[in-house]
Amino acid sequence: MVEATAEVWHAQHEVHEHHGPQGVLKYLWSTDHKVISMQYLFTGMFMAVVGGFMAYVFRMQLAFPGSSVPGFGIVSPGEYNSLVTNHGSIMIFWVAMPVLIAAFGNFLIPLMIGADDMVFPRINRLSFQVFFISALVILGSLFVEGGGFGGAWTAYPPLSAKGVYNQTPLGATLWLIGVALEFVAFLLGGINFITTLMNARAPGMKAYDIPMVCWMIVIASILFMLSVGPLIAGAVMLLFDQTLGTGFYDPAMGGDPVLWQHLFWFFGHPEVYVVMLPAIGITIDIVATFARKKLFGYKLMLYTTVATGVLSFFVWAHHQFISGIDPRMANVFMVTTLLISVPIAELMFVIIATLYGGSIRLATPMLWALAFIAEFLIGGVTGIFLGASGADIYFHDTYFVLAHFHYTFFPIAIIGTFAALTYWFPKMFGKMMSDKLGKIHFWGTIIPFNFIFIPLFVLGMGGQHRRIYNYQHFPDLAGADFQRLRIIATVALLVMLAFQLVFFYNFIRSLLRGEKAPKNPWNANTLEWTTESPPPHGNWPPDQMPKVYRGPYEYGRPDRESDFWPQDEPA
Amino acid sequence: MATESAAHEIEQRPEPVSRPKILADGVMGMLLFVFAEIMMFAGLISAHRIVRSQVAGEMWPPYGQPRLPVQETAVNTAALLVSGIVLVFAHLAFKKEASRARLPILIALLLGLFFVGSQGAEWVALLGEGLTIQSSTYGGFFYLIVGAHGLHAIAAILALGWASFELYKGRLTGSQLATVSVFWYFVVLLWPVLYLIVYL
Ligand code: HEM
Ligand SMILES: [Cu+2]
Repeated sequence: MVEATAEVWHAQHEVHEHHGPQGVLKYLWSTDHKVISMQYLFTGMFMAVVGGFMAYVFRMQLAFPGSSVPGFGIVSPGEYNSLVTNHGSIMIFWVAMPVLIAAFGNFLIPLMIGADDMVFPRINRLSFQVFFISALVILGSLFVEGGGFGGAWTAYPPLSAKGVYNQTPLGATLWLIGVALEFVAFLLGGINFITTLMNARAPGMKAYDIPMVCWMIVIASILFMLSVGPLIAGAVMLLFDQTLGTGFYDPAMGGDPVLWQHLFWFFGHPEVYVVMLPAIGITIDIVATFARKKLFGYKLMLYTTVATGVLSFFVWAHHQFISGIDPRMANVFMVTTLLISVPIAELMFVIIATLYGGSIRLATPMLWALAFIAEFLIGGVTGIFLGASGADIYFHDTYFVLAHFHYTFFPIAIIGTFAALTYWFPKMFGKMMSDKLGKIHFWGTIIPFNFIFIPLFVLGMGGQHRRIYNYQHFPDLAGADFQRLRIIATVALLVMLAFQLVFFYNFIRSLLRGEKAPKNPWNANTLEWTTESPPPHGNWPPDQMPKVYRGPYEYGRPDRESDFWPQDEPA
Repeated sequence: MATESAAHEIEQRPEPVSRPKILADGVMGMLLFVFAEIMMFAGLISAHRIVRSQVAGEMWPPYGQPRLPVQETAVNTAALLVSGIVLVFAHLAFKKEASRARLPILIALLLGLFFVGSQGAEWVALLGEGLTIQSSTYGGFFYLIVGAHGLHAIAAILALGWASFELYKGRLTGSQLATVSVFWYFVVLLWPVLYLIVYL
């Protein structure tokens, strides 16, 4: 009876061309969630290299102003602006989102809930195709006449709205179109993730049996879908201002430039949680597995996350404390901002409580997960200073802000990704990664990371503003002690970038010559570890689709011989 | 619940049978899409309200700009609302016997076409009176918001047209009809709100 249900369900999905094209086309035109995940992953990794190269160029300019940067040449002010703008945009929209949400969401959700694919495989494929075009558009925008857009990733008008101000009419419009296409791709992806989690779970998998990382990716998708609408509206208005000569943001024509800031940050703040939640989910799953301990407070965590999500829609104006908003409104947003640090802290405490008393194994994925907690905490704590509107009058638009959000984004987009990659690599590619190289890469990334951004906190407190091409033009900021800190940051960046070669070496070497991965190398409970590594097309043989008998975190139970208890093992 | 939180208690569960499903996949996906769309229109509406509230002396429409044809559009509004009601009947008919839904779906489609057509005529007239997207933020928001709705209406007509074609071929399933209708209802129910805000 049960077998039959699984089979019927599988048969329904057969219509979605499960035996699609062969050969190279199989990889370009596939609807298999694992292939689409790889497409997102490799596109995201490529874009990360592009974004990293940009950071290298502008950090060199800041440390050694005016000198020729190896591999790039002399950096002009316009190029500098374009580099910082596109670095930020690429890292958030073309690295953090595609890798954390799309790549891992696509790979993990069907496998972890015991489905053979997403519920809308063709929409999934369309999502990647639109995303791929958006990546081409943003890359192309760097090479058009006038150069890439240089008006900051937040694209405030009037600078972004008028070619005569930003000097990059074509670059600005292409940037906007690229971002808009990327949103379309993630809308399609989000619909898929949410519907799949709601409708395609394995028989027996109740709401509280869903692995946290799936919940987190899906809650992130919900936040994205609810917050992106106003920004799309705002982006269309900006596009019209740029190309049709409307005046939505032009005070001379009766428009309002601060309106954009509201529409942007109404999306922008939830967006930071959109990328944060998947990384937290990854950390949770890894911590539970490597501490061999049941997750402390599953429901607490879930409800806390939902509360964070709701609250995240009411904090946006903390980015606008000095944009001329009403001070009474600033007070309201200060309170909500300070409030939202409470659930974030709670998530951290729950993870730490899970570690307490566990039998911790410090494999590479666990190191990354622990580093995530340590580094992200610094980012979260510095956010509280910025959220206090009085302090923010001074801190706004300084390197303190920049260091704050790099202490959140770097742990999320880079540490979280490496945690996930090293943990699921055996499942994704069927090979084990080298733990030794992994640890070298880990320390070679974490130590320089702190040397990059702690000096930037100091510079920010010293009053160094963001988005300035050459500090030598500002007597107050041109001193040798300041310059020394800038050089430390840049050198640390070079070291960190160099250590990424270890990762790429490890990645490729493991793919080619790595030890063959068993089904369940980490003795984990969740369903993806019950199938082959890598999983076959359809994930499980149709007659062996898994069924679920318990929650995902039954580790180290005293009443059992083995210290784990897979979700699909009959009681 | 209590058993789950007690860490080491073994919970006895009945043998799992089937995959839990909340709603048909298509309907659920469409609902999610509609939520995102509602937020987009919420963004447009709040932008409109904010800009309008900043006009000195609430001169809206601003000096020299034409008034919008409130009465004519009320007729369109009524036509669109009726199309929504007709589609509800189409659903009921479909449940009894699929082919009985043909006529009501056709009527809904024609009403939708009438709506889009007369909105188009209205645009032509207004353009002639000097209301353009550049002439003022008043004109800008009018064409932006009404245009965005118009595009959705056209998309809804195409979708319902496809459904009605499938119905004639005898291939339309209940959940396909439901998916398309969710979008249609969205277009219908959104319009009165926009009418109130943009026209009145
Ligand atoms: C504990 C929670 C957090 C609080 C209280 C907080 C607070 C703030 C505040 C008040 C600002 C505005 C500073 C200014 O521009 O003057 C800010 C900026 C920023 N935060 Fe956070 N934040 C938190 C968490 C996060 C997280 C988790 C992320 C990223 C995933 C993040 C990313 C950013 C970014 C990107 C900016 C700067 C945007 C820009 O101006 O370019 N924050 N944060
Ligand atoms: Cu924020």
